Amino acid sequence: MIDTNLLQLICFYGFAAVTVGAALAVISLKNSVHAVLSLVLAFFSTACIWLLAEAEFLAIALIVVYVGAVMVLFLFVVMMLDIKMEQVREGFIRYLPVGIIVALVMLAEMLALIGVRAMHAHVMGANPATVAGLSNTAWLGEALYSQYLLPFEVAALILTVGVVVAVALTLRHRGDKKHESASEQVRVNPRDRIRVVKMAPSRPDEPTSSEEPLQ
Amino acid sequence: MGEQLLNELVLPVVYILCIAVPLILAVAMFVYWERKVIGWMHVRMGPNKVGPWGLLQAFADVVKLLIKEVILPSSANRFLYYLAPLLALVPAFAAWAVVPFDDRMVLANVNAGLLYLLAMTSLGVYGIILAGWASNSRYALLGAMRSAAQVISYELAMGLSLVCVLVLAGSLNLTDIVHAQAGGKGLFDWFWLPLLPVFIVYFISGVAETNRAPFDVAEGESEIVAGFHVEYSGSAFAIFFLAEYANMILVSFLASIFFLGGWLSPLQGWIHADAPNWVNWIWTGSIIWLLIKAFLMSFLFLWFRATFPRYRYDQIMRLGWKVFIPITIVWVLVAGCMKYFGLVLAGTGA
Repeated sequence: MIDTNLLQLICFYGFAAVTVGAALAVISLKNSVHAVLSLVLAFFSTACIWLLAEAEFLAIALIVVYVGAVMVLFLFVVMMLDIKMEQVREGFIRYLPVGIIVALVMLAEMLALIGVRAMHAHVMGANPATVAGLSNTAWLGEALYSQYLLPFEVAALILTVGVVVAVALTLRHRGDKKHESASEQVRVNPRDRIRVVKMAPSRPDEPTSSEEPLQ
Repeated sequence: MGEQLLNELVLPVVYILCIAVPLILAVAMFVYWERKVIGWMHVRMGPNKVGPWGLLQAFADVVKLLIKEVILPSSANRFLYYLAPLLALVPAFAAWAVVPFDDRMVLANVNAGLLYLLAMTSLGVYGIILAGWASNSRYALLGAMRSAAQVISYELAMGLSLVCVLVLAGSLNLTDIVHAQAGGKGLFDWFWLPLLPVFIVYFISGVAETNRAPFDVAEGESEIVAGFHVEYSGSAFAIFFLAEYANMILVSFLASIFFLGGWLSPLQGWIHADAPNWVNWIWTGSIIWLLIKAFLMSFLFLWFRATFPRYRYDQIMRLGWKVFIPITIVWVLVAGCMKYFGLVLAGTGA
């Protein structure tokens, strides 16, 4: 008999190990495309861990949004770049102490947060979705659109502002830009563009027909 | 112990084979059918030499491809070059796990099936991009770039049009989505009627997502030879080919499930006769209806290819971002109003 809890635990540690390994590969691999692919793997195994925690919506949204769209664009950019690896190596060694300090501070903060939570002994309740008898997605939707409507809308507004800013920053108008209007192209009347000329049939050997140029 | 092993390990593998093997055969016959149909549309014969009516042509091609040498271009990235075809193939097959063929005939009846499908179809682009990059060829890289931009653009329109389906059905489960289209008004109970613009947008986005004509700039024979798979030969090319056709069949099945009532009969609710099972399915619905619908939808792919010239890259982007996405956003609101005011009732019958 296979114990389900044990199996879940094994799966968790497996996915967690892959995530950590992939994250390490992101910063250590020489080839930048390989590094981006490791990041994709890290996202993917994180999604698997979330699936284990029964957060199916978040897990699949992570794959759809980050793996399926954001990382594709990232890969797109990285493939276009011509990165000189020696300079990157140099920077890696030079900024390593700073990186280690930042990592240590983050670790300390996380431990403190978890420690404070643990001191309050705030036991996580049962999965609210199962309590409400809904699927994870349905419960998340109801909670977001009723209980947390205002923060949700604020987040949406911030994202919209971000899109507008990104477009405004990158949009450049060039004076000599040639551009086609699709609606104009559709509205074109063939009669304005070509003229069908009806000509009487003529023989080339007769001298009278040579006056008209052949179209 | 033995029985548990059988139920948990052997049976799923058998079910998976029951989907995968017919799918591969369907791809082979679909290639034959495509060449035949396009031949007829061009007033040609199409393949007619191998086997009766040329039926074995596809198998002859498969054998030919498999015994060819797989060539690795110089200074190509070996690992990614061989990984890319698999990355294209795996999502194309994995997506079939949640496709319901019948009321009970589904491999995994998951609640977030629609999201899972979106995730799987969005992963397929990695195979194309990596193939283009790992080949160390300019043509392949250009094809990969075009494909990446195109797939991401049309994924948005596709996702938003599925939101409309989701609003009307009230569920992400594909079986429930089909049940929501049941009713007493025959084929007018299906979602194609209230969601007509979205249905068209969805199918055209599906054509663009699978990089098929007229959206096949990723291959663009006249400009970039064969695009992302220009360096691939033999079985590696065959895998790309298999993935592309499996995706086309998948999009046809999904369009039938989301908008054309899946396995439901177009005569549902009109005939209430009591007949033996082999006649009954005509009005109670069965997998045969789903296969007929998917066949008709997949025929559209071939029809498009024989009819339309290839879109230019900027025209593709304009169509995706400036036409399809606004249409779907407006229709999400329309679908919400239809649901709110009770104009469309999900699953009134059966």
